[in-house]
Amino acid sequence: MDGFHDLGGFQGFGPVDHKINSKSYKPVFKEDWEHLAYSLMFLGAGHLNKFNIDQVRHAVERIDVRQHVGTKYYERYIIATATLLTEAGVITQQELDEALGSHFKLANPNHSNGRPAIGNRPPFEVGDKVTVRDEYVSGHIRAPAYVRGKSGVILHRTTEKWPFPDAIGHADQTALHQPTYHVEFRVKDLWGDAADDGYVIVDLFESYLDKVEA
Amino acid sequence: MSTSVSKTSSSTPGERARALFKVLNDKNLIPEGFVEGITDLMENTWDPANGARVVAKAWTDPAYRELLLRDGTAACEAFGYTGPQGEYIVALEDTPTVKNVIVCSLCSCTNWPVLGLPPEWYKSFEYRARLVREGRTVLKELGTDIPENVTIKVWDTSAETRYLVLPMRPQGTEHLTEEELQKLITKDVLIGVSLPVV
Repeated sequence: MDGFHDLGGFQGFGPVDHKINSKSYKPVFKEDWEHLAYSLMFLGAGHLNKFNIDQVRHAVERIDVRQHVGTKYYERYIIATATLLTEAGVITQQELDEALGSHFKLANPNHSNGRPAIGNRPPFEVGDKVTVRDEYVSGHIRAPAYVRGKSGVILHRTTEKWPFPDAIGHADQTALHQPTYHVEFRVKDLWGDAADDGYVIVDLFESYLDKVEA
Repeated sequence: MSTSVSKTSSSTPGERARALFKVLNDKNLIPEGFVEGITDLMENTWDPANGARVVAKAWTDPAYRELLLRDGTAACEAFGYTGPQGEYIVALEDTPTVKNVIVCSLCSCTNWPVLGLPPEWYKSFEYRARLVREGRTVLKELGTDIPENVTIKVWDTSAETRYLVLPMRPQGTEHLTEEELQKLITKDVLIGVSLPVV
């Protein structure tokens, strides 16, 4: 989904609000409601088993852009959890509105049912040159747009496999399990001279990649 | 003439969080102690002091260092530091010519059991947008000057791998004990934006 959340390389932001080692990380939660965000997310995902964490990520991505820009981090996970529990029929919009005493704005509906992984291909090897498939996906995807169509080199293939996000992020329980690859890209191959030189390594599912034949 | 205020802006994030809690609680869907249990993990169990122990051990024990770089999950599991958002761990080795830094440009993915929950700045739009594209500039603004002959490698946490940075052991720490070394390894050092300072 080419949404606002896909921020890598987005220009116009000011300095990061931090100086190294300047802040105490205790207490972990700065406001008295923040612990509810992940707690209720785990309640819905782990305990009630109504959705998975990929769906949570996608629900955050579905928050209306103007609202997304103005939200705090933990607020987005409250909205995502409320959205998914409403979509699952566990709670209703009316119940949320009544508990709040005003309208509880949820994320936008899904515009995609997701897509399956590409199976039946030989795995890639460390050192292989690969290209990120030049494809556009309206649903959930874990490839940032800044590597779309770009080429890099594989540094690592994971020894474990996980459900393909573009499928499981839409509750598709048949999602194929695949390894991911740490693919190293040269920054100048991504943004030319309008960037600092260096490398970015992105952790990409097998289905996002094609091997570049030598 | 009154200013119109949209209905959504009339509530605060905290009010919305408590409203969701109330709806679920009124339906008896929240088991006794559930929220408290997860909150305790987030506030107390997952902590950058865990990562500091891992790094200090790797600095003082070559066999453990080899394990950490070959199988980060096993090395962290040896301390009990695996769990949610820390199930497939890879340690990133800084060298005289490479500085590693971690980000999650798409959301906030972090190695919770080893680094603790991510801080506010790590989840900020600024860090997520800028680090991948201008890593050297961002590090400099944060207070870490990386020499030109050192390559910066930014690791975007976009799938299930969860990282920690294994920094170089600073000069002049030969006399320090493992416990003393742990104090040099802050949360920012584990994320990679800071170098350990004696």
